[in-house]
Amino acid sequence: MNTAAWWLVLLQALLFLLGAPLLVAWVRRVKARLQNRRGASLWQPYRDFYKLFAKETLVAHTASSVFRAAPYIVFGSTLLACMVVPLLALGLPSAAVADVIVLVGFLALGRFFLTLAGMDIGTAFGGMGASREMLVSALAEPAMLMAVFTLAMTAHSTNLASIAEHQLSTGLILRPSYLFALMGLVLVAIAETGRIPVDNPTTHLELTMIHEAMLLEYSGRHLALMEWAAQLKLMLYGVLIVNVFLPWGIATEFTPLALAVGLLAVVGKLIFLGLLLGVAETGLAKMRLFRAPQFLNLALLLALLGLLSHVILEGGA
Amino acid sequence: MNLTHLTLLEQAVFVLAALVLFLSFSLLAQARLLAGIHIFAWQGGVLALATGLIAATSDEPHLFISAALTFGLKALTIPWMLHRLVRRLELERHADPLQHPALVMMAGAALVIFSYWVVAPIEQLELAGIRNILSISLAVVLLGLLIMVTRRQAVTQVIGFMSMENGLFLAAVAATQGMPLVVELGIAFDVLVAAVLFGVFFLHISESIDSLNVDRLNRLSTREDDGA
Repeated sequence: MNTAAWWLVLLQALLFLLGAPLLVAWVRRVKARLQNRRGASLWQPYRDFYKLFAKETLVAHTASSVFRAAPYIVFGSTLLACMVVPLLALGLPSAAVADVIVLVGFLALGRFFLTLAGMDIGTAFGGMGASREMLVSALAEPAMLMAVFTLAMTAHSTNLASIAEHQLSTGLILRPSYLFALMGLVLVAIAETGRIPVDNPTTHLELTMIHEAMLLEYSGRHLALMEWAAQLKLMLYGVLIVNVFLPWGIATEFTPLALAVGLLAVVGKLIFLGLLLGVAETGLAKMRLFRAPQFLNLALLLALLGLLSHVILEGGA
Repeated sequence: MNLTHLTLLEQAVFVLAALVLFLSFSLLAQARLLAGIHIFAWQGGVLALATGLIAATSDEPHLFISAALTFGLKALTIPWMLHRLVRRLELERHADPLQHPALVMMAGAALVIFSYWVVAPIEQLELAGIRNILSISLAVVLLGLLIMVTRRQAVTQVIGFMSMENGLFLAAVAATQGMPLVVELGIAFDVLVAAVLFGVFFLHISESIDSLNVDRLNRLSTREDDGA
Protein backbone atom coordinates (compact mmCIF):
# COMPACT_ATOMS: atom_id res chain seq x y z
CA MET A 1 0.00 0.00 0.00
CA ASN A 2 2.72 2.38 0.98
CA THR A 3 4.79 1.89 -2.16
CA ALA A 4 1.62 2.24 -4.24
CA ALA A 5 0.98 5.58 -2.56
CA TRP A 6 4.47 6.76 -3.39
CA TRP A 7 3.93 5.73 -7.02
CA LEU A 8 0.82 7.88 -6.93
CA VAL A 9 2.92 10.81 -5.71
CA LEU A 10 5.19 10.34 -8.72
CA LEU A 11 2.17 10.11 -11.00
CA GLN A 12 0.89 13.38 -9.56
CA ALA A 13 4.21 15.09 -10.16
CA LEU A 14 4.21 13.80 -13.72
CA LEU A 15 0.69 15.12 -14.23
CA PHE A 16 1.80 18.49 -12.94
CA LEU A 17 4.76 18.49 -15.34
CA LEU A 18 2.67 17.56 -18.35
CA GLY A 19 -0.46 19.47 -17.40
CA ALA A 20 1.14 22.85 -16.68
CA PRO A 21 1.97 23.72 -20.33
CA LEU A 22 -1.50 22.56 -21.33
CA LEU A 23 -3.12 24.88 -18.78
CA VAL A 24 -1.08 27.83 -20.04
CA ALA A 25 -1.95 26.94 -23.62
CA TRP A 26 -5.63 26.79 -22.65
CA VAL A 27 -5.52 30.25 -21.08
CA ARG A 28 -3.79 31.60 -24.20
CA ARG A 29 -6.40 29.92 -26.37
CA VAL A 30 -9.24 31.51 -24.41
CA LYS A 31 -7.61 34.92 -24.68
CA ALA A 32 -7.02 34.49 -28.40
CA ARG A 33 -10.65 33.55 -28.98
CA LEU A 34 -11.84 36.56 -27.01
CA GLN A 35 -9.62 38.78 -29.13
CA ASN A 36 -11.03 37.31 -32.35
CA ARG A 37 -7.86 35.40 -33.15
CA ARG A 38 -7.69 31.72 -33.88
CA GLY A 39 -4.85 31.21 -31.42
CA ALA A 40 -2.06 28.63 -31.35
CA SER A 41 -2.69 24.93 -30.93
CA LEU A 42 -2.92 23.56 -27.41
CA TRP A 43 0.33 21.67 -28.03
CA GLN A 44 2.32 24.81 -28.83
CA PRO A 45 4.10 25.03 -25.43
CA TYR A 46 5.35 21.46 -25.86
CA ARG A 47 6.69 22.30 -29.31
CA ASP A 48 8.41 25.37 -27.83
CA PHE A 49 10.03 23.22 -25.16
CA TYR A 50 11.11 20.65 -27.74
CA LYS A 51 12.72 23.40 -29.77
CA LEU A 52 14.38 25.05 -26.79
CA PHE A 53 15.77 21.78 -25.42
CA ALA A 54 17.27 20.98 -28.85
CA LYS A 55 18.89 24.39 -29.17
CA GLU A 56 22.36 25.37 -28.09
CA THR A 57 22.54 26.94 -24.62
CA LEU A 58 24.52 30.14 -24.61
CA VAL A 59 25.76 31.71 -21.40
CA ALA A 60 27.20 35.21 -21.11
CA HIS A 61 30.91 35.25 -20.30
CA THR A 62 30.26 37.31 -17.14
CA ALA A 63 27.96 34.64 -15.77
CA SER A 64 28.90 32.85 -12.57
CA SER A 65 27.93 29.37 -11.49
CA VAL A 66 24.78 30.78 -9.87
CA PHE A 67 23.46 31.65 -13.30
CA ARG A 68 24.03 28.08 -14.53
CA ALA A 69 22.60 26.43 -11.45
CA ALA A 70 19.56 28.69 -11.06
CA PRO A 71 17.31 27.07 -13.72
CA TYR A 72 17.70 23.64 -12.13
CA ILE A 73 17.11 24.96 -8.60
CA VAL A 74 14.09 27.03 -9.65
CA PHE A 75 12.61 24.14 -11.59
CA GLY A 76 13.34 21.62 -8.86
CA SER A 77 11.96 23.69 -6.00
CA THR A 78 8.81 24.52 -7.95
CA LEU A 79 8.28 20.84 -8.75
CA LEU A 80 8.79 19.92 -5.08
CA ALA A 81 6.28 22.60 -4.12
CA CYS A 82 3.82 21.06 -6.59
CA MET A 83 4.17 17.67 -4.91
CA VAL A 84 2.88 19.16 -1.65
CA VAL A 85 -0.42 20.20 -3.24
CA PRO A 86 -3.08 17.48 -3.45
CA LEU A 87 -3.98 17.05 -7.12
CA LEU A 88 -5.81 13.74 -7.49
CA ALA A 89 -6.08 12.28 -4.03
CA LEU A 90 -5.90 13.20 -0.36
CA GLY A 91 -3.79 11.42 2.21
CA LEU A 92 -0.71 10.96 0.05
CA PRO A 93 2.60 10.45 1.85
CA SER A 94 4.14 13.54 0.22
CA ALA A 95 1.40 15.71 1.73
CA ALA A 96 2.08 14.20 5.14
CA VAL A 97 5.77 15.12 4.91
CA ALA A 98 5.27 18.80 4.13
CA ASP A 99 2.62 21.35 5.03
CA VAL A 100 1.72 24.69 3.53
CA ILE A 101 4.55 26.57 5.25
CA VAL A 102 7.02 24.28 3.51
CA LEU A 103 5.19 25.01 0.27
CA VAL A 104 5.69 28.76 0.74
CA GLY A 105 9.31 28.02 1.63
CA PHE A 106 9.91 26.06 -1.60
CA LEU A 107 8.43 28.90 -3.63
CA ALA A 108 10.59 31.42 -1.78
CA LEU A 109 13.70 29.34 -2.47
CA GLY A 110 12.90 29.26 -6.16
CA ARG A 111 12.26 32.98 -6.24
CA PHE A 112 15.49 33.72 -4.38
CA PHE A 113 17.55 31.94 -7.01
CA LEU A 114 15.50 33.43 -9.83
CA THR A 115 16.29 36.94 -8.65
CA LEU A 116 19.93 36.06 -8.01
CA ALA A 117 20.20 34.81 -11.58
CA GLY A 118 18.52 37.98 -12.80
CA MET A 119 21.20 40.09 -11.13
CA ASP A 120 24.11 37.75 -11.90
CA ILE A 121 24.86 38.89 -15.45
CA GLY A 122 24.93 42.52 -14.42
CA THR A 123 22.59 43.90 -17.08
CA ALA A 124 20.28 46.71 -16.10
CA PHE A 125 17.13 44.79 -17.01
CA GLY A 126 18.01 41.79 -14.90
CA GLY A 127 18.52 43.91 -11.82
CA MET A 128 15.38 45.87 -12.48
CA GLY A 129 13.32 42.72 -12.90
CA ALA A 130 14.84 41.24 -9.74
CA SER A 131 14.04 44.29 -7.64
CA ARG A 132 10.48 44.38 -8.95
CA GLU A 133 9.98 40.68 -8.33
CA MET A 134 11.18 41.13 -4.76
CA LEU A 135 8.84 44.09 -4.27
CA VAL A 136 5.87 42.03 -5.40
CA SER A 137 6.81 38.93 -3.47
CA ALA A 138 7.61 40.76 -0.25
CA LEU A 139 4.06 42.10 -0.27
CA ALA A 140 2.40 38.94 -1.56
CA GLU A 141 3.91 36.48 0.88
CA PRO A 142 2.34 37.84 4.11
CA ALA A 143 -1.04 37.97 2.38
CA MET A 144 -0.66 34.40 1.20
CA LEU A 145 0.39 33.14 4.62
CA MET A 146 -2.44 34.97 6.32
CA ALA A 147 -5.01 33.58 3.87
CA VAL A 148 -3.67 30.11 4.43
CA PHE A 149 -3.67 30.55 8.21
CA THR A 150 -7.36 31.43 8.01
CA LEU A 151 -7.97 28.03 6.48
CA ALA A 152 -5.63 26.39 8.94
CA MET A 153 -7.52 27.86 11.89
CA THR A 154 -10.74 26.36 10.62
CA ALA A 155 -9.28 22.94 9.95
CA HIS A 156 -6.87 23.01 12.93
CA SER A 157 -4.03 21.96 10.68
CA THR A 158 -1.57 23.57 8.32
CA ASN A 159 -1.51 20.47 6.19
CA LEU A 160 -3.21 21.09 2.85
CA ALA A 161 -4.63 17.59 2.63
CA SER A 162 -6.20 17.84 6.10
CA ILE A 163 -7.64 21.25 5.26
CA ALA A 164 -9.29 19.81 2.16
CA GLU A 165 -10.41 16.76 4.11
CA HIS A 166 -11.99 18.97 6.78
CA GLN A 167 -13.80 20.86 4.06
CA LEU A 168 -15.08 17.59 2.58
CA SER A 169 -16.24 16.16 5.90
CA THR A 170 -18.23 19.23 6.99
CA GLY A 171 -19.99 19.61 3.67
CA LEU A 172 -20.99 22.94 2.20
CA ILE A 173 -20.83 25.69 4.79
CA LEU A 174 -20.86 29.30 3.74
CA ARG A 175 -17.96 30.68 5.69
CA PRO A 176 -17.24 34.40 5.32
CA SER A 177 -13.64 33.71 6.26
CA TYR A 178 -13.27 31.26 3.35
CA LEU A 179 -14.74 33.79 0.96
CA PHE A 180 -12.22 36.45 2.00
CA ALA A 181 -9.33 33.99 2.06
CA LEU A 182 -10.31 32.86 -1.45
CA MET A 183 -10.42 36.41 -2.77
CA GLY A 184 -7.10 37.22 -1.10
CA LEU A 185 -5.47 34.08 -2.43
CA VAL A 186 -6.70 34.76 -5.96
CA LEU A 187 -5.12 38.22 -5.87
CA VAL A 188 -1.88 36.76 -4.50
CA ALA A 189 -1.91 34.07 -7.19
CA ILE A 190 -2.32 36.69 -9.92
CA ALA A 191 0.60 38.70 -8.55
CA GLU A 192 2.85 35.70 -7.94
CA THR A 193 2.32 34.04 -11.29
CA GLY A 194 2.89 37.30 -13.13
CA ARG A 195 -0.48 37.64 -14.82
CA ILE A 196 -2.31 40.82 -15.84
CA PRO A 197 -2.84 43.29 -14.09
CA VAL A 198 0.43 42.92 -12.14
CA ASP A 199 2.70 41.64 -14.89
CA ASN A 200 2.08 40.80 -18.51
CA PRO A 201 3.31 37.30 -19.38
CA THR A 202 3.64 38.10 -23.06
CA THR A 203 5.35 41.45 -22.89
CA HIS A 204 8.89 42.28 -23.83
CA LEU A 205 8.50 45.96 -23.25
CA GLU A 206 11.34 46.87 -20.94
CA LEU A 207 9.44 49.37 -18.82
CA THR A 208 6.75 46.98 -17.71
CA MET A 209 8.12 43.46 -17.55
CA ILE A 210 8.91 41.78 -14.26
CA HIS A 211 9.37 38.08 -14.80
CA GLU A 212 10.60 38.31 -18.38
CA ALA A 213 13.24 40.86 -17.41
CA MET A 214 15.04 38.27 -15.29
CA LEU A 215 15.03 35.67 -18.07
CA LEU A 216 16.38 37.89 -20.85
CA GLU A 217 19.85 36.37 -20.75
CA TYR A 218 18.70 32.78 -20.74
CA SER A 219 18.60 30.57 -23.79
CA GLY A 220 18.17 26.94 -24.78
CA ARG A 221 17.39 24.41 -22.09
CA HIS A 222 17.95 26.94 -19.29
CA LEU A 223 15.20 29.12 -20.71
CA ALA A 224 12.95 26.10 -21.20
CA LEU A 225 13.36 25.08 -17.55
CA MET A 226 12.66 28.61 -16.33
CA GLU A 227 9.53 28.90 -18.47
CA TRP A 228 8.40 25.47 -17.42
CA ALA A 229 8.85 26.43 -13.76
CA ALA A 230 6.71 29.53 -14.30
CA GLN A 231 3.98 27.41 -15.91
CA LEU A 232 4.18 24.91 -13.05
CA LYS A 233 3.68 27.77 -10.64
CA LEU A 234 0.51 28.87 -12.42
CA MET A 235 -0.86 25.34 -12.25
CA LEU A 236 0.20 25.03 -8.62
CA TYR A 237 -1.77 28.10 -7.62
CA GLY A 238 -4.72 26.97 -9.72
CA VAL A 239 -4.81 23.53 -8.11
CA LEU A 240 -4.29 25.05 -4.68
CA ILE A 241 -7.30 27.31 -5.14
CA VAL A 242 -9.67 24.74 -6.61
CA ASN A 243 -8.71 21.79 -4.46
CA VAL A 244 -8.50 23.53 -1.10
CA PHE A 245 -11.62 25.66 -1.41
CA LEU A 246 -13.72 23.32 -3.55
CA PRO A 247 -12.29 19.86 -2.93
CA TRP A 248 -15.38 17.99 -4.09
CA GLY A 249 -14.55 15.16 -6.43
CA ILE A 250 -11.04 14.54 -5.18
CA ALA A 251 -10.18 10.91 -4.40
CA THR A 252 -10.03 9.91 -0.76
CA GLU A 253 -9.10 6.30 -1.45
CA PHE A 254 -6.62 4.90 -3.91
CA THR A 255 -8.92 2.90 -6.18
CA PRO A 256 -8.67 3.40 -9.94
CA LEU A 257 -12.27 4.59 -10.15
CA ALA A 258 -11.87 7.21 -7.42
CA LEU A 259 -8.63 8.41 -9.01
CA ALA A 260 -10.26 8.70 -12.41
CA VAL A 261 -13.08 10.75 -10.90
CA GLY A 262 -10.50 12.89 -9.11
CA LEU A 263 -8.65 13.48 -12.36
CA LEU A 264 -11.82 14.43 -14.22
CA ALA A 265 -12.89 16.74 -11.39
CA VAL A 266 -9.62 18.60 -11.21
CA VAL A 267 -9.37 18.90 -15.01
CA GLY A 268 -12.89 20.30 -15.13
CA LYS A 269 -12.19 22.77 -12.37
CA LEU A 270 -8.93 23.91 -13.95
CA ILE A 271 -10.61 24.38 -17.35
CA PHE A 272 -13.16 26.59 -15.67
CA LEU A 273 -10.49 28.51 -13.76
CA GLY A 274 -8.50 28.99 -16.96
CA LEU A 275 -11.61 30.34 -18.63
CA LEU A 276 -12.09 32.85 -15.81
CA LEU A 277 -8.43 33.88 -15.96
CA GLY A 278 -8.59 34.36 -19.72
CA VAL A 279 -11.72 36.49 -19.50
CA ALA A 280 -10.28 38.55 -16.63
CA GLU A 281 -7.01 39.12 -18.49
CA THR A 282 -8.83 40.23 -21.61
CA GLY A 283 -10.99 42.65 -19.66
CA LEU A 284 -8.29 44.20 -17.50
CA ALA A 285 -5.41 46.45 -18.42
CA LYS A 286 -2.02 46.09 -16.85
CA MET A 287 -1.58 48.59 -14.06
CA ARG A 288 1.42 50.72 -13.34
CA LEU A 289 4.07 48.98 -11.28
CA PHE A 290 3.71 51.53 -8.51
CA ARG A 291 0.12 50.53 -8.07
CA ALA A 292 1.09 46.91 -7.44
CA PRO A 293 1.59 47.57 -3.69
CA GLN A 294 -1.99 48.87 -3.50
CA PHE A 295 -3.22 45.74 -5.25
CA LEU A 296 -1.35 43.53 -2.79
CA ASN A 297 -2.45 45.64 0.17
CA LEU A 298 -5.97 44.78 -0.89
CA ALA A 299 -4.99 41.10 -0.85
CA LEU A 300 -3.52 41.52 2.63
CA LEU A 301 -6.63 43.35 3.80
CA LEU A 302 -8.86 40.58 2.45
CA ALA A 303 -6.78 37.93 4.16
CA LEU A 304 -6.86 39.93 7.40
CA LEU A 305 -10.63 40.31 7.15
CA GLY A 306 -10.84 36.57 6.60
CA LEU A 307 -8.90 36.00 9.78
CA LEU A 308 -11.00 38.53 11.72
CA SER A 309 -14.31 37.24 10.43
CA HIS A 310 -13.22 33.74 11.35
CA VAL A 311 -12.76 34.86 14.94
CA ILE A 312 -15.74 37.22 15.10
CA LEU A 313 -18.43 35.60 13.01
CA GLU A 314 -17.53 31.95 13.33
CA GLY A 315 -16.58 32.08 16.96
CA GLY A 316 -13.19 30.54 16.27
CA ALA A 317 -14.76 27.21 15.44
CA MET B 1 -21.37 29.54 18.34
CA ASN B 2 -20.79 27.20 15.50
CA LEU B 3 -21.66 27.85 11.92
CA THR B 4 -22.36 24.18 11.38
CA HIS B 5 -25.52 24.42 13.50
CA LEU B 6 -27.07 27.07 11.29
CA THR B 7 -29.06 26.66 8.12
CA LEU B 8 -27.60 27.69 4.81
CA LEU B 9 -29.69 30.86 4.70
CA GLU B 10 -28.46 31.96 8.12
CA GLN B 11 -24.91 31.30 7.02
CA ALA B 12 -25.58 33.46 3.99
CA VAL B 13 -26.62 36.29 6.35
CA PHE B 14 -23.23 36.03 8.01
CA VAL B 15 -21.46 36.14 4.67
CA LEU B 16 -23.45 39.22 3.68
CA ALA B 17 -22.67 40.92 7.00
CA ALA B 18 -18.98 40.26 6.38
CA LEU B 19 -19.37 41.70 2.88
CA VAL B 20 -20.89 44.87 4.32
CA LEU B 21 -17.78 45.19 6.48
CA PHE B 22 -15.54 44.62 3.48
CA LEU B 23 -17.39 47.30 1.50
CA SER B 24 -16.83 49.71 4.38
CA PHE B 25 -13.12 49.02 4.07
CA SER B 26 -13.33 49.63 0.31
CA LEU B 27 -15.04 52.95 0.99
CA LEU B 28 -12.24 53.81 3.36
CA ALA B 29 -9.60 53.08 0.73
CA GLN B 30 -11.38 54.49 -2.30
CA ALA B 31 -10.09 57.88 -3.40
CA ARG B 32 -12.39 58.56 -6.35
CA LEU B 33 -15.72 60.15 -5.63
CA LEU B 34 -17.76 58.29 -8.23
CA ALA B 35 -16.28 54.91 -7.33
CA GLY B 36 -17.02 55.68 -3.68
CA ILE B 37 -20.65 56.38 -4.51
CA HIS B 38 -20.86 53.09 -6.39
CA ILE B 39 -19.40 51.17 -3.44
CA PHE B 40 -21.90 52.88 -1.17
CA ALA B 41 -24.71 51.75 -3.47
CA TRP B 42 -23.38 48.18 -3.36
CA GLN B 43 -23.27 48.32 0.42
CA GLY B 44 -26.92 49.36 0.45
CA GLY B 45 -27.78 46.53 -1.90
CA VAL B 46 -25.96 43.91 0.19
CA LEU B 47 -27.62 45.29 3.33
CA ALA B 48 -31.04 45.02 1.69
CA LEU B 49 -30.31 41.43 0.67
CA ALA B 50 -29.20 40.58 4.22
CA THR B 51 -32.40 42.13 5.58
CA GLY B 52 -34.45 40.12 3.12
CA LEU B 53 -32.71 36.90 4.17
CA ILE B 54 -33.26 37.66 7.85
CA ALA B 55 -36.91 38.30 7.04
CA ALA B 56 -37.10 34.94 5.30
CA THR B 57 -35.38 33.01 8.10
CA SER B 58 -37.09 34.67 11.06
CA ASP B 59 -40.59 34.79 9.66
CA GLU B 60 -41.00 38.53 10.13
CA PRO B 61 -42.84 39.75 7.03
CA HIS B 62 -42.52 43.42 7.91
CA LEU B 63 -38.76 43.10 7.43
CA PHE B 64 -39.40 42.53 3.73
CA ILE B 65 -40.79 46.06 3.60
CA SER B 66 -37.71 47.52 5.22
CA ALA B 67 -35.53 45.43 2.89
CA ALA B 68 -37.34 46.90 -0.11
CA LEU B 69 -37.12 50.36 1.44
CA THR B 70 -33.37 49.95 2.06
CA PHE B 71 -32.84 48.81 -1.48
CA GLY B 72 -34.86 51.63 -2.97
CA LEU B 73 -33.29 54.33 -0.84
CA LYS B 74 -29.71 53.29 -0.14
CA ALA B 75 -28.93 51.32 -3.24
CA LEU B 76 -30.75 53.44 -5.79
CA THR B 77 -32.11 56.84 -4.76
CA ILE B 78 -29.38 58.29 -2.54
CA PRO B 79 -26.49 57.11 -4.77
CA TRP B 80 -28.36 58.52 -7.75
CA MET B 81 -28.79 61.86 -5.98
CA LEU B 82 -25.15 61.99 -5.00
CA HIS B 83 -24.18 61.01 -8.53
CA ARG B 84 -26.24 63.82 -10.00
CA LEU B 85 -24.79 66.27 -7.51
CA VAL B 86 -21.24 65.27 -8.32
CA ARG B 87 -21.97 65.69 -12.00
CA ARG B 88 -23.57 69.06 -11.47
CA LEU B 89 -20.58 70.30 -9.46
CA GLU B 90 -18.27 68.81 -12.13
CA LEU B 91 -16.39 66.65 -9.68
CA GLU B 92 -16.53 63.42 -11.73
CA ARG B 93 -12.80 63.09 -11.98
CA HIS B 94 -12.17 64.39 -8.53
CA ALA B 95 -10.20 62.25 -6.11
CA ASP B 96 -9.71 62.67 -2.39
CA PRO B 97 -6.71 60.46 -1.61
CA LEU B 98 -5.82 59.49 1.92
CA GLN B 99 -2.72 60.92 3.51
CA HIS B 100 -1.43 57.62 4.93
CA PRO B 101 -3.45 54.82 3.35
CA ALA B 102 -1.64 51.94 5.06
CA LEU B 103 -1.96 53.59 8.47
CA VAL B 104 -5.67 54.28 8.00
CA MET B 105 -6.23 50.68 6.94
CA MET B 106 -4.48 49.44 10.06
CA ALA B 107 -6.60 51.80 12.13
CA GLY B 108 -9.65 50.30 10.46
CA ALA B 109 -8.53 46.75 11.33
CA ALA B 110 -7.88 47.89 14.91
CA LEU B 111 -11.41 49.31 15.07
CA VAL B 112 -12.82 45.94 14.03
CA ILE B 113 -10.89 44.21 16.81
CA PHE B 114 -11.95 46.93 19.26
CA SER B 115 -15.63 46.52 18.43
CA TYR B 116 -15.31 42.76 18.83
CA TRP B 117 -13.78 43.33 22.26
CA VAL B 118 -16.52 45.77 23.23
CA VAL B 119 -19.32 43.46 22.21
CA ALA B 120 -17.71 40.34 23.70
CA PRO B 121 -19.43 40.65 27.15
CA ILE B 122 -22.84 40.42 25.45
CA GLU B 123 -22.01 36.75 24.93
CA GLN B 124 -23.51 36.04 28.34
CA LEU B 125 -26.92 37.10 27.11
CA GLU B 126 -27.13 33.89 25.06
CA LEU B 127 -27.72 35.73 21.86
CA ALA B 128 -24.69 34.02 20.39
CA GLY B 129 -25.62 34.28 16.71
CA ILE B 130 -26.65 37.90 17.09
CA ARG B 131 -23.57 38.99 18.98
CA ASN B 132 -21.33 38.24 16.00
CA ILE B 133 -23.28 40.45 13.65
CA LEU B 134 -23.57 43.10 16.35
CA SER B 135 -19.80 43.49 16.53
CA ILE B 136 -19.63 43.65 12.73
CA SER B 137 -22.21 46.41 12.64
CA LEU B 138 -20.46 48.33 15.40
CA ALA B 139 -17.30 48.07 13.32
CA VAL B 140 -19.17 49.42 10.28
CA VAL B 141 -20.34 52.40 12.36
CA LEU B 142 -16.83 53.10 13.61
CA LEU B 143 -15.42 52.74 10.10
CA GLY B 144 -17.94 55.27 8.86
CA LEU B 145 -16.72 57.60 11.56
CA LEU B 146 -13.13 56.96 10.47
CA ILE B 147 -14.08 57.80 6.87
CA MET B 148 -15.54 61.12 8.04
CA VAL B 149 -12.43 61.89 10.09
CA THR B 150 -9.87 61.07 7.43
CA ARG B 151 -11.57 62.75 4.46
CA ARG B 152 -11.58 66.39 3.62
CA GLN B 153 -14.06 66.28 0.77
CA ALA B 154 -17.63 67.05 1.75
CA VAL B 155 -19.10 64.36 -0.54
CA THR B 156 -16.93 61.58 0.87
CA GLN B 157 -17.77 62.72 4.38
CA VAL B 158 -21.45 62.40 3.59
CA ILE B 159 -20.85 58.90 2.20
CA GLY B 160 -19.09 58.04 5.45
CA PHE B 161 -22.07 59.35 7.39
CA MET B 162 -24.49 57.31 5.31
CA SER B 163 -22.45 54.14 5.72
CA MET B 164 -22.52 54.73 9.49
CA GLU B 165 -26.28 54.66 9.19
CA ASN B 166 -25.95 51.36 7.29
CA GLY B 167 -24.10 49.92 10.28
CA LEU B 168 -26.83 51.05 12.66
CA PHE B 169 -29.47 49.53 10.45
CA LEU B 170 -27.59 46.22 10.31
CA ALA B 171 -27.36 46.19 14.11
CA ALA B 172 -31.09 46.90 14.46
CA VAL B 173 -32.09 44.21 11.99
CA ALA B 174 -29.74 41.57 13.38
CA ALA B 175 -30.27 42.17 17.08
CA THR B 176 -34.00 42.79 17.36
CA GLN B 177 -35.36 41.51 14.04
CA GLY B 178 -35.81 45.08 13.01
CA MET B 179 -37.33 48.09 14.71
CA PRO B 180 -41.07 48.77 14.58
CA LEU B 181 -42.05 49.65 11.06
CA VAL B 182 -43.02 53.21 11.97
CA VAL B 183 -39.57 53.89 13.39
CA GLU B 184 -37.91 52.37 10.37
CA LEU B 185 -39.97 54.43 7.97
CA GLY B 186 -39.10 57.52 10.00
CA ILE B 187 -35.38 56.79 9.87
CA ALA B 188 -35.50 55.99 6.17
CA PHE B 189 -37.08 59.33 5.37
CA ASP B 190 -34.73 61.09 7.74
CA VAL B 191 -31.84 59.72 5.74
CA LEU B 192 -33.47 60.78 2.51
CA VAL B 193 -34.08 64.28 3.83
CA ALA B 194 -30.51 64.40 5.11
CA ALA B 195 -29.28 63.51 1.63
CA VAL B 196 -31.36 66.31 0.13
CA LEU B 197 -30.13 68.81 2.73
CA PHE B 198 -26.53 67.76 2.18
CA GLY B 199 -27.05 68.38 -1.50
CA VAL B 200 -28.22 71.92 -0.81
CA PHE B 201 -25.28 72.47 1.52
CA PHE B 202 -22.83 71.25 -1.10
CA LEU B 203 -24.16 73.76 -3.57
CA HIS B 204 -23.83 76.57 -1.03
CA ILE B 205 -20.36 75.57 0.09
CA SER B 206 -19.08 75.25 -3.44
CA GLU B 207 -20.66 78.56 -4.38
CA SER B 208 -19.11 80.45 -1.49
CA ILE B 209 -15.63 78.94 -1.33
CA ASP B 210 -15.40 77.49 -4.84
CA SER B 211 -14.46 74.04 -3.56
CA LEU B 212 -15.85 71.23 -1.46
CA ASN B 213 -12.69 70.85 0.58
CA VAL B 214 -13.93 71.42 4.12
CA ASP B 215 -10.44 72.39 5.35
CA ARG B 216 -11.00 75.69 3.59
CA LEU B 217 -13.91 76.43 5.89
CA ASN B 218 -11.40 77.10 8.67
CA ARG B 219 -10.09 80.16 6.92
CA LEU B 220 -11.64 83.56 6.96
CA SER B 221 -10.82 84.67 3.46
CA THR B 222 -9.61 83.10 0.28
CA ARG B 223 -6.60 85.35 0.32
CA GLU B 224 -4.82 83.36 2.99
CA ASP B 225 -5.04 80.48 0.61
CA ASP B 226 -2.68 82.08 -1.83
CA GLY B 227 0.00 82.56 0.76
CA ALA B 228 -0.22 78.96 2.00
